[in-house]
Amino acid sequence: MSETAAQVADTLAVKPIDQAVDQPITAADGTPLKVALARATRKAKWRAFVLVLPLLLFVLITFAIPIVEMLTRSFYNDAFSANMPNLVAYFEDNEIESVPDEAGFAALAADLKQARENKTIGVVATRVNYEVPGSRSQFTSAARKTKKLEPPFKEAIIALDEDWNDVRLWNVMQRASNPISASFYLAATDRRYDENGDKVWVDKKRRIYIKLFVNTLLLSLGIALICLVLAFPVAHLLATLPLRYSNLLMIFVLLPFWTSLLVRTTAWIALLQSQGVFNDMLVGTGIIGDESRMQLMYNMQGTVIAMTHILLPFMILPLYSVMKTIPPTYVRAARSLGATSWTAFWKVYFPQTVPGIGAGVLLVFILAVGYYITPALVGGSTGQLISNLIAFHMLKSLNWSMAAALGAILLFIILVLYWLYDKLIGIDNMKLG
Amino acid sequence: MSSDNPMVRFDNVQKSYDGKTLVVKNLDVDIAKGEFLTMLGPSGSGKTTSLLMLAGFEPATHGEIYLNGKPINNVPPNKRGIGMVFQNYALFPHMTVAENLAFPLKVRKMSPTDVQQKVDRALAMVELPSFGQRRPAQLSGGQQQRVAVARALVFEPELILMDEPLGALDKQLREQMQYEIKHIHENLGVTVVYVTHDQSEALTMSDRIAVFEDGVIQQLSSPSTLYEKPNNSFVAQFIGENNRLNGNITAIDGTVCTVELDSGDKVTADKVVDGGIGTRTTLSIRPERVDLDPEAGSVPVTISGKIEELIYLGDHIRVRMSVAGTDEFIVKVRNSASGQSLETGQLTTVGWNPEDCRALDEIAA
Repeated sequence: MSETAAQVADTLAVKPIDQAVDQPITAADGTPLKVALARATRKAKWRAFVLVLPLLLFVLITFAIPIVEMLTRSFYNDAFSANMPNLVAYFEDNEIESVPDEAGFAALAADLKQARENKTIGVVATRVNYEVPGSRSQFTSAARKTKKLEPPFKEAIIALDEDWNDVRLWNVMQRASNPISASFYLAATDRRYDENGDKVWVDKKRRIYIKLFVNTLLLSLGIALICLVLAFPVAHLLATLPLRYSNLLMIFVLLPFWTSLLVRTTAWIALLQSQGVFNDMLVGTGIIGDESRMQLMYNMQGTVIAMTHILLPFMILPLYSVMKTIPPTYVRAARSLGATSWTAFWKVYFPQTVPGIGAGVLLVFILAVGYYITPALVGGSTGQLISNLIAFHMLKSLNWSMAAALGAILLFIILVLYWLYDKLIGIDNMKLG
Repeated sequence: MSSDNPMVRFDNVQKSYDGKTLVVKNLDVDIAKGEFLTMLGPSGSGKTTSLLMLAGFEPATHGEIYLNGKPINNVPPNKRGIGMVFQNYALFPHMTVAENLAFPLKVRKMSPTDVQQKVDRALAMVELPSFGQRRPAQLSGGQQQRVAVARALVFEPELILMDEPLGALDKQLREQMQYEIKHIHENLGVTVVYVTHDQSEALTMSDRIAVFEDGVIQQLSSPSTLYEKPNNSFVAQFIGENNRLNGNITAIDGTVCTVELDSGDKVTADKVVDGGIGTRTTLSIRPERVDLDPEAGSVPVTISGKIEELIYLGDHIRVRMSVAGTDEFIVKVRNSASGQSLETGQLTTVGWNPEDCRALDEIAA
């Protein structure tokens, strides 16, 4: 087997027949060989392309475009700039260092009036409200009253609400007048712009995102490592047992795959909650008292236990596919050469499973980082992951730009880790099955 | 060859995998120090299982194996100090050639300078001195083979086991490696137990050959004895080519008997099979020991026959004939001027010396 490989390598290494260096090789009719080859294979290539075209379009329309669209929202939000044209024009000419003069307020009054008529004042208010919490009602109520406003608008508007006289609000509006903005990324990393436009940390109490990112990554790594420890012996058994036993074992491994994710997660709730099967057993056998039932659900433990179980097959299968290709003679050879069973395992068997370990850990890690349903159901307050917050911004706060920024950061972190993995282990070494 | 102090002794060893059938039945072999012993047999005959039991990878179901007089049934493979070359070499793919060779030395906690020295010497021995930093996958099959042999030898074991080590090589390379392994054996004086199903390989290399069939050693003797004087029809058939003629023993004179063939011809042969007059027997004659159209009186046994087919093979011509009721009777004729006169359909005679013809146990035709 390896002999043929070496022979092929030898053949490849042999230089083709010596050619005059600069002359391109030509086909029999004198056209350059490359052109002739391209012409000959063009039709086949087209046919192949047409065959994959439906899938390509499907992926493009349902996957690639929505992702790009979503990621765009993380830095592009025209809710303010598209609906407040007068202010946008004003901010273009004037740098806001203090509360502006009459011209600025006149632009504001005109825009508020227009926005109310167009019924777009809500999105404008929401956009500003992301950065100045509580300012939403200030916008909507001012818009309601624009009809009655008389010049000078500055006094009139400030009379409506004293907060219009706050330079910070005007700073925020000026930044929002540019649809391209980094403010969502700042918010997603626990920072904001201050009055002078400098980037500063938010209050210690309000910093949640970075901690959650770190938690998510550590938890995912932990789950991946637990999966590795649990999966390694199972995969080895699968690869070495006689076929009729290994087939049965494989069904047990795959059975969870065929069961709904929700069912599996709920099963864990039934098992692990404080009045659940596991605690009942411990209490029933007298190992723990009724008053000291363990809290295994609705916290980080719950997330770790349920996710480890759900992601385990993703570790077992790549490991199995690699171990299947390692003939038992390697370990035998090591043993006959004088290695103890541990040395034979550690120096000979284990290094050959590294491609499977790399693939399994990477797969489980990446899946865990983006996991949503399980932590949402069993995570309680301490077992939430960053994906739960992304879902919160998508579904509850409706701050899609924020969700997109969080998602983009997560994507970036994973790409960096993937790159690191490639540097350290090499993607080519990975074997997914 | 067997001596009073054998290096390896199988004492009534049996092996069963499933508890129903015996893969190895009552194996009793003594292997002398410095001997090259080949276990030869078709697949499933128990030869590899015997080797694995000696290496320690399979426990014997019954009986005891002794190494230098000590029982080793309960000694793990790594404590037996037996070098082994595997069928597909089993070179560790994630280590370089030098690391592969250093592996048995490092697990023995040898000092790095000693390791380096021994690795260099082993590489020089198999004539691959500059290949230390390559990976096994970058070597050709023959080179991997040599590294595998070097690795089994580098920690200087007294006993080397080889499990069909040349099976994956092409014919030319296989023949070359046979001589190399033979020379290494002669130069180092190690004991070699070699498993193969290739009879020419066994004949080329071995001091003694044990022919396995159905878990039993059919014959254990030197290559020439095995070829010239097979004990039974299986060995005669398995080693080399032979012509088989069935008949009844009609007279016995010491070690020689007269056999009446089913066609009615009477021939004399060496009597190997047990039994008296009337016993069914299969005569075995090597094709190259048969004379075609012998001069009258030059050989004691002659039978008439007809040439059915001529196959030209360069150095000799295979003549397929119908003789005494069989049309699969093969005669090898040296390619000389006289050979040119042969023609298909020609009626002629064949003859042989009685000592080249052995009356063995009958194989049903």
